[in-house]
Amino acid sequence: MIKPLDLRRFTGFRALTILCLVVLYAPLIIVAIYSFNDSTSITRWGGFSLKWYVDVFTGPDAPKFRNAAINSFTIAIGAATCATIIATAAAVAMNRAGRFRGKVASLALINLPLMVPEIVTAVASLIFFITIGFKTGLMTIFIAHLVFCIPFAYLPISARMQSVPDVYEQAAMDLYATPWEAFRLILLPLMIPGILSGFLLAFIISLDDFLITNFVKGAGIETLPTAIFGSVKQGIKPNIMAISTLLLGVSVVFVTLSWFIGRAGQSKN
Amino acid sequence: MNQNSIAVDVENVVKRYDSVTALHGVSMDIREGEFFTLLGPSGCGKTTLLRCIAGFEDVTEGAIRLRGEDIAPLPPHRRPVNTVFQQYALFPHMTVLENVSFGLRRRGWIEMDAEARAREVLELVQLKDFAQRRPGQLSGGQQQRVALARALAPNPEVLLLDEPLSALDLKLRQAVRVELKQIQRETGIAFVFVTHDQEEALTMSDRIAVMSEGYVQQIGTPRDIYEAPLNRFVADFIGETNLLDVEVAAVSEGMAEVFLPGGLALRCPAAASAVAGRGHLSVRPERISIGPKSAETLPATVTDHVYLGTDIHLHARLVDGEPILVRMQNSESSGIPERGSELGLRFEAGAARLLVD
Amino acid sequence: MAAAAPAGATRSEIYRGNGPRLMLPVWAFIGIFLVLPVLLMAIYSFLTKEFRGGVIWEITLAAYDQFFLDRGLFGDEPPQIEWTYIGIFWRSIWQAGLATFFCLLIGFPTAWFIATRNAAVRPVWLFLVTIPYWVNLLIRTVSMKFLIRDTGPLNEFLLWLGVISEPLSLINTNFAVQLGLFYSYLPFMVLPVYAAVERYDFALSEAAADLYADNWTTLRLVILPVVKPGIVAGCILVFVPSLGAFLAPDLLGGAKTFMIGSLIEEQFKGAAGNWPFGAAAAMILLTIVLGVLLLHARAQAKGGR
Repeated sequence: MIKPLDLRRFTGFRALTILCLVVLYAPLIIVAIYSFNDSTSITRWGGFSLKWYVDVFTGPDAPKFRNAAINSFTIAIGAATCATIIATAAAVAMNRAGRFRGKVASLALINLPLMVPEIVTAVASLIFFITIGFKTGLMTIFIAHLVFCIPFAYLPISARMQSVPDVYEQAAMDLYATPWEAFRLILLPLMIPGILSGFLLAFIISLDDFLITNFVKGAGIETLPTAIFGSVKQGIKPNIMAISTLLLGVSVVFVTLSWFIGRAGQSKN
Repeated sequence: MNQNSIAVDVENVVKRYDSVTALHGVSMDIREGEFFTLLGPSGCGKTTLLRCIAGFEDVTEGAIRLRGEDIAPLPPHRRPVNTVFQQYALFPHMTVLENVSFGLRRRGWIEMDAEARAREVLELVQLKDFAQRRPGQLSGGQQQRVALARALAPNPEVLLLDEPLSALDLKLRQAVRVELKQIQRETGIAFVFVTHDQEEALTMSDRIAVMSEGYVQQIGTPRDIYEAPLNRFVADFIGETNLLDVEVAAVSEGMAEVFLPGGLALRCPAAASAVAGRGHLSVRPERISIGPKSAETLPATVTDHVYLGTDIHLHARLVDGEPILVRMQNSESSGIPERGSELGLRFEAGAARLLVD
Repeated sequence: MAAAAPAGATRSEIYRGNGPRLMLPVWAFIGIFLVLPVLLMAIYSFLTKEFRGGVIWEITLAAYDQFFLDRGLFGDEPPQIEWTYIGIFWRSIWQAGLATFFCLLIGFPTAWFIATRNAAVRPVWLFLVTIPYWVNLLIRTVSMKFLIRDTGPLNEFLLWLGVISEPLSLINTNFAVQLGLFYSYLPFMVLPVYAAVERYDFALSEAAADLYADNWTTLRLVILPVVKPGIVAGCILVFVPSLGAFLAPDLLGGAKTFMIGSLIEEQFKGAAGNWPFGAAAAMILLTIVLGVLLLHARAQAKGGR
């Protein structure tokens, strides 16, 4: 082997990778920079200022965005928590309960929200809630989010459960632990990294959703994405850029968090 | 504890999966306080039987009784047996002490008592200074001893060991054998030990059950198994042997009249169900000696020799073309026979044994 | 040798018998709040429309008729094929396909490049690609809109460079929608392709090189066929959401770049207010997507990987 690295190198791949990252980051970075613009004209640079951030928290739109943020985070925490619990139970059923009737169908059902296009889910949910006379509002948003959060929570949880050999639980039961004790004392602690990444993924996905929320939210109820969308429809204002930058920050914090949790989980085994 | 009372009674156990039958009606008695080994190649059903006793597999037919009580309806966590798993399965998120006291806590011991007992057992396996470590910080040999301590702590009626030495390197494995046997004797608990390593089985066991393809081939002491194998499989699997194709003239009262290739007649012990006709004669390579050809020896031609240090393996061919292996001690002064030289082989009648196929 | 498989690697049945009970919440929530609604939507597509939203419970094929057939202004002419909506669907498929193609064109080299970094820096590269995946799609689309507006930073920059003398009119074009789709779903391509490339055994490349293949030949004849499952997975992950995308066409496009998502949305939230027609369009979209997924599943089952 004279130069084994040569087999992995293709001319131009590095350049395309850089291009890929530029495309992914340029809009975000530019919006982040312009959110600190002192000028009222959004395209002319007028010096560094935090005034749009002040505007987000104290300006005329502040109550609207504060309510939207509270709604968004409440729903995201609630939906992600419930989805994580449901997904953990489902992962135990799929990976630890042997065969049972409807197992294959169950897996298809878990993945169904990923397969049905978002716009179709949105339409179907709206029709359903209207038909059964369910008043659209926070509750309908929560239910819709819970449904599409389940597969996102399930993926990392199930992957983690597959990587934990069941011999630990067998050993526990051999040492007089009941199945519930084997789950609580052995499987659950070993599953923590998977459960946390499942929760974080579901949380971000819920926070991210616009289309389904826009269909099932009641009149006057907004989440951050629907509020931002409504505002953008009347033109991009600098305060939107400040909010976007803040949300960008939240996402970066979460992805970093989940990254470190994932690494900690790997190094433990 | 009475040496002769039965700890585990396995009666006609059949285990079927969808398409495979792993155990075809297996029966054995495991006595109190004995070191009992299930020996066989992989796929022979030994681990399946162990898992049936532990409760991780259901028995399709037959019964397993623990001190006379049928344990079929009991789930694993209600069976007073404990297991040392092949890869130990030490709980990675708990300390050594927490691992060892786990079973006691589940049986309702209060924390203080459980801890005291755990420390006592850790002392037995010489690990009392490692109580606060995590399994990941221990060597393979230490992990193996923690696994043993964890399974012994609740003082089980029977201890099941699933190839517990297979993850250790050779040197360590030999040391642990002695230690394990010693602990078994000290505790007086019946050990059911699964292995595919015949040397391990021979050195440690009080009795061995040789298994193959879901059947028990033979149950007996290491000496029985090695020196009086019941059939071809056992003779072949335990140690090295020559299986000579012979003509059987007559069988009576455990003795057989056979004609070796070349026409030499021999009267030797026979397995219980041997009959006249064609048969296989088992002769261990170390029981054969070489000398000049004569009317009382088995003529053979040397085809090759392999120098092994303490031993020399002599490969030869009989007059009918059958290969035969002779193990010579390196101390013999006569030197190594040349390739192609003709010589006479001899062995005592008692060293040979007629087998059933 | 199922009989003597080592303990632990055998079939996991620790909580045997509890499967259905543990699966109950999934059945309840996804069954009631997704399967049932989709079935209801299918029924809606056969109902009669009520003006300003809602339906009248009378069975009719009117929605599908409107979608596929043109019966003239007063509905009394002999039916001809109606191209408006088929055209919108066709444009959507074309746009989604193009976006998938471009994502693959950039995504594969990126995935390859990352997977061939040494183990110490690889997670950092992967981390960089993952971040945008976690950032709110709406915010990303709005950012793109801001960037490429007529008076946006991109035009300012190009004017300053002197590459152009007039601002480019990018917004509200097919190009803008395409850029938006590409930008939205690029991470969906990189991650599965990366997962496949990471498992690729470079001994295969060495064997190919040993047999006189140059790098590009090896790429074509060995690497691409081996990592194909990852590429196909990436393509599906980009194509399916692109097809029903709403934000990119709505924010970056205009009337001429209308896609399926907007067509459906307009029936419920917009002025059109024709629920059965919207439901029918959604049913057709769902059929196309499930068809693609089914083909993929069949191909996977046949290929055994």
